[in-house]
Amino acid sequence: MSESAPVTADERVKSEPFLTKLMKRPELGAMAGVVLVFIFFAITADSSMFTLAGVMNFMTPAAQLGILAIGAALLMIGGEFDLSIGSMVAFSGLFFGVCVVTWQLPLIVAIPMTFVFAAMVGGINGNIVIRSGLPSFIVTLAFLFILRGLSLVGLKMATGGSTQLRGVRDVVENDWLAPFFSGEAFGGLFAWMAEVGIIDTFKNGAPKVPGIPVEILWFIVMALAATYVLLRTPAGNWIFASGGDKTAASNSGVPVNRVKVSLFMLTACCAALVAIITVMDAGSTDARRGFQKEFEAIIAAVIGGCLLTGGYGSAIGAFFGSIIFGMVVIGLTYTDFDQDWFQVFLGGMLLIAVLFNNAIRKRVTGER
Amino acid sequence: MSDDTKFHHGDTANDLAPIVQMKDIEKHFGNIIALAGVSFDVKPGECHCLLGDNGAGKSTFIKTMSGVHKPTKGEIYFEGKPLHFDTPRDAMEAGIATVFQDLAMIPLMSVTRNFFMGREPTKGKSLFKRFDVEQANDVCMEEMRKMGINLRGPDQAVGTLSGGERQTVAIARAVYFGAKILILDEPTSALGVRQTSNVLATIDRVRNQGIGVVFISHNVRHALAVGDRFTVLNRGKTLGTATRGEITPEELQDLMAGGQEMAQLEGSLGGTV
Repeated sequence: MSESAPVTADERVKSEPFLTKLMKRPELGAMAGVVLVFIFFAITADSSMFTLAGVMNFMTPAAQLGILAIGAALLMIGGEFDLSIGSMVAFSGLFFGVCVVTWQLPLIVAIPMTFVFAAMVGGINGNIVIRSGLPSFIVTLAFLFILRGLSLVGLKMATGGSTQLRGVRDVVENDWLAPFFSGEAFGGLFAWMAEVGIIDTFKNGAPKVPGIPVEILWFIVMALAATYVLLRTPAGNWIFASGGDKTAASNSGVPVNRVKVSLFMLTACCAALVAIITVMDAGSTDARRGFQKEFEAIIAAVIGGCLLTGGYGSAIGAFFGSIIFGMVVIGLTYTDFDQDWFQVFLGGMLLIAVLFNNAIRKRVTGER
Repeated sequence: MSDDTKFHHGDTANDLAPIVQMKDIEKHFGNIIALAGVSFDVKPGECHCLLGDNGAGKSTFIKTMSGVHKPTKGEIYFEGKPLHFDTPRDAMEAGIATVFQDLAMIPLMSVTRNFFMGREPTKGKSLFKRFDVEQANDVCMEEMRKMGINLRGPDQAVGTLSGGERQTVAIARAVYFGAKILILDEPTSALGVRQTSNVLATIDRVRNQGIGVVFISHNVRHALAVGDRFTVLNRGKTLGTATRGEITPEELQDLMAGGQEMAQLEGSLGGTV
């Protein structure tokens, strides 16, 4: 063992086949799932499901969930849970609604305020978890109810007794910032493609798909950004480290608490983004917004390869997990199956994903 | 004492000034006195063994040294200047690296990611500042090769390494990041014979680079194999420091166990402990 030891292969290590290497990627399960679900619907569903209009149709709910799921996935990799995401959607939706309707603020003020507000609530969540040392599961479960309740009470206060706050569309319609958060993007491109005949049109010549819903773009941008942060920045390494082993990470100089609180704030901001998009789309906000989304987001993250124990997973996985979700929830309407099979399907997918992830983890760590 | 030819011992550099000097350190946890006046110093290029039985205060002492605990009383001098560390990070930046028993390794993460955890090399500016994965991988493979470990690849998960290999990754990491003092908390306690000798050889290699090694152990034989000086802790106090060659394994053993009882026990066990 001299200073310049020659590079010799260990004779006990077999060379790894490509497939085994692929098996070690956390997002593999979700990708395989997308393929399986696609095949399933390609056989059973009406052929219109995979036209451009059909794809937009299932990508829209996938994107709305996916934005939450990517936040949830990062937080899970960082070793924590947030069960209050769904309630956070309602709560920040209420705040946003009050900003634009009651206070008549322009979007350029209302949107940043909503994000700051959400980040503060996320920060409170995170600080309680960090300082008390309690499991985030129980702390955020409390916030699931607190925020949902506050949304109800707040809505009644803002509207004088109703649990729905209307009139958002009227005030934001002509705001220059609105196109970034509502409606469809690339309308001109799609109109041109309709004219040239690349995409289907209605009889009057208007394209059947007027553009890409903005949430899909947000969803893609966020998936790419999150993947970049995770795999190619020091912050990404800190997230993996904080989730993998908190003590080991902080002994190595990783600011674990700061990482975790930031992740809680990020998750809350993801919820706020979904709230802003959906509230502007619907033109109103109500207390049931985001109901049970926390579970769906966590399921999408787990299907995407995140371990419940933290330290392992991927944002791209959550991206595909959400697409599976969207395909199933919308796809069933294109088939002859009863739509309520959806829940069975979702639970089944979750179970398979967890078993699969467990096996992958053992493979990666070389446990026997 | 048997003549040990396996390891090269650097000259016990008595004339060199200590890197770290700790004087009369006391540490109280509530009404528990964990350390009641411990003095200790480490010189460059020596391996100073800190011996003691369970509960002697070894862990508390090294945690004080590495900035995890603040001493209740006593002074710490670093390169001649009085100093105190507020966080482990301060100590690390000053050049005191600790390899804890749990190794601060994350099994699910790759060797490279573990190696650079908390100190990732970056390239690019401001918004485009990113983790330089290629450089990290190259450095990690090279450093591990120097320590005599050939990785399958830089993305190999630490969970797949053996105990000795993990220990070596942790030591290589500390050395690479410019440790002047390397504290090893019972590095050999859970290892097999061959892995133990690998780790001891690594300690020797590190010492020859001029790094001061603090080797915590309760195994006299492992300590004698590489140690230049030996300090024994018992019930939160130092029982004195001996230089290599001045003390026999039996004497060390007795000191660690607190004398008489052990002598009797050893008699009945036929001197096998």
